[in-house]
Amino acid sequence: MIRALLYALLATALAGCGDPRSHAQAVYVLVDTSGTYAQEANKAQVIVNYLLGTLQPGDSLAVARVESRSFSEKDIIAKATFDRRPSQANAQKRAFRDTTNGFVAGVRSSRYTDITGGLLQGAEFLRETGAGTKTLVIFSDMQEELDKVTVRDFPIDLKNIRVVAVNVVKLKTDNVDPRRYFGRLEAWQKRVQGAGATEWRVINDLERLDTIFGRS
Amino acid sequence: MTSSKFWMVWPDNVGLSVLVLAVVAMAFLYAARKPMHDLIRSSGGALGGPLRIAARWLLAAANEINHRNKAVLLAHGRQETGQRIEREFERLGALVTRDLQGYPTLQRKLLDEITRIEEDYKKCGEVPPPPPEWAEAVASVAKVKTTGNELVLRVLEEINRSITSIHDKTLAEYRRAYERRHKILESFMPFWRSVDKTLTAVDQKLSGLQNGAATVDAQMEKYEAIVAKTDKAEHALTVSAFTQFAIALLVMLIAAGGAFINFKLIALPMSEMVGAGDYLTSTLRTSEVAALVIIFVEASMGLFVMEALRITHLFPRIASLGDQMRRRILWIALVLLVTLAGVEAALALMRDMLIADKQALLQSLATAPQPIATDGWVAHIPTAGQMLLGFILPFALAFIAIPLESLIHSTRTVGGVLLVALVDTAALVLRVLANVARRMARVLITLYDVAIVVPLLVDRVARAGFAAKRGTVDVEDSAWRRS
Repeated sequence: MIRALLYALLATALAGCGDPRSHAQAVYVLVDTSGTYAQEANKAQVIVNYLLGTLQPGDSLAVARVESRSFSEKDIIAKATFDRRPSQANAQKRAFRDTTNGFVAGVRSSRYTDITGGLLQGAEFLRETGAGTKTLVIFSDMQEELDKVTVRDFPIDLKNIRVVAVNVVKLKTDNVDPRRYFGRLEAWQKRVQGAGATEWRVINDLERLDTIFGRS
Repeated sequence: MTSSKFWMVWPDNVGLSVLVLAVVAMAFLYAARKPMHDLIRSSGGALGGPLRIAARWLLAAANEINHRNKAVLLAHGRQETGQRIEREFERLGALVTRDLQGYPTLQRKLLDEITRIEEDYKKCGEVPPPPPEWAEAVASVAKVKTTGNELVLRVLEEINRSITSIHDKTLAEYRRAYERRHKILESFMPFWRSVDKTLTAVDQKLSGLQNGAATVDAQMEKYEAIVAKTDKAEHALTVSAFTQFAIALLVMLIAAGGAFINFKLIALPMSEMVGAGDYLTSTLRTSEVAALVIIFVEASMGLFVMEALRITHLFPRIASLGDQMRRRILWIALVLLVTLAGVEAALALMRDMLIADKQALLQSLATAPQPIATDGWVAHIPTAGQMLLGFILPFALAFIAIPLESLIHSTRTVGGVLLVALVDTAALVLRVLANVARRMARVLITLYDVAIVVPLLVDRVARAGFAAKRGTVDVEDSAWRRS
């Protein structure tokens, strides 16, 4: 019993100190709405639902669309840092789900695809959350198309962020020459890792999201 | 000459070179034989000596620990047996007060019943009244001879009729008297039964007292053995301590299982109170620690309740408190325990609600339609069960104070015995190593002599020749002296 009391005292003392590191997760989902890829938006809803079911109280989630120019807060469809109380967090998740459902139902395709702008916006959001684990999910075919005015050919900063490309569908041209597909992915990997990202992953089977977000 | 042949005296003749070197080496080794033997011997001694000293020290330490263990064990056994004897005496005292307090009444009742029986018995002894004295007169008349006189005959007939009538009357009275006595004897029965019952009760009470006295005798015998510090008493106490340790450990493990269930019940809802996102370490959440703290506080309150009830004696300060203060502590601890149990029951309910909420959310997020759970009264059974468990487990945990006390007390003995065994084993190992070192020194000396066997042989032969020559000279000397 004395030992138990000592443990209790120790735990109380520890509670006073606490672990200064953040154990929260922050996830930023970029949904590509350009061209024919807009038809895949329903799958994006699956990912968001999965994340809503997986993320814990205290974690952050944001969903944004990739448009012709995506470096803007206006492109964020929904964002939330879930309350530390599970009951409140569940209520927030319900509201989040409703918002993203509305977005998916009324999605309109854009002319160009500014993935880099979305990455910049996402990185900014993730850094602001101060979460311990920051993940940027790109739901796109990874084919960037910019108008002539938009400038994105400069180094970006993705330090301490892992980037996961999800549902990278093959384009018609990829089917003609698969090297284009692999080359595109390789180029993104190089760019992302060059930007300081901790990890680059490509997941085309949505059932395998557990390998990224599953907590032990 | 290559570097590998630098040692060769004759580079072209390996055998000769080896032989020459061997001879030279043997000569050197032979010359250095005594100092080398001394060196090897002293090295063995230098290695084995400290090991032996260490082994001896460990043995002495083990002995000392053993003595201390024995002293502690006997003191603890003495205290425990003393308390047990005290309790037996108290029990006997209570038995005597309870049973023998009513003994005068019992005795009076018994005497009354015996007196009544005696009186009735005397009544039974009362004989029916003897026949009237005139019977003798009748007997005399009966002796009168009948001469045929009619008057006499009539008188005699009259007398006969009277006597027959009287006889019948007397016989009837006699029978009535016996009937009365039988009735009196019959009325003895309840009294006999009552006496029998009373005596059986007395017998039972006396047997109880006798058994109590026998228990006290056994305890006293044990106490005397402990005071006399006999090995038998020490062995018995050690065995008892090991048994207690095993039982207490088992109960503590069961209690740990209960505490784990309790923890699982309140860990999740605690996150609603202290937040789910705070971590103390990389894997330990603040809510989990808070749940643990609550369980520990409950166990502590239970401990205080047990202390205040004088069931355990872990805190002498509480045991030495006055009755009033002790009662206050008891009530405070009990109220806190009940409050915490209530909180746990509420948390268990909240856990169920949170899980249901989470389940509903996951169902709404799922792409495939999920089966909807029935919401009948059966669905409320787990909730009620959780709440009940949440309320009961704190009280169940309160009782771990008893095995904990046993565990703490027996750990001293068990730990002491294990420590002695460990130190003894270490001493044995050191002793063996010391012996190995000494033996190894001897083996090395022998091996050294084997390496220089040729010069040794030469030396022995030379010494033998010298001794033989010296013996001849000695014989000649003695002959010359004799002459």
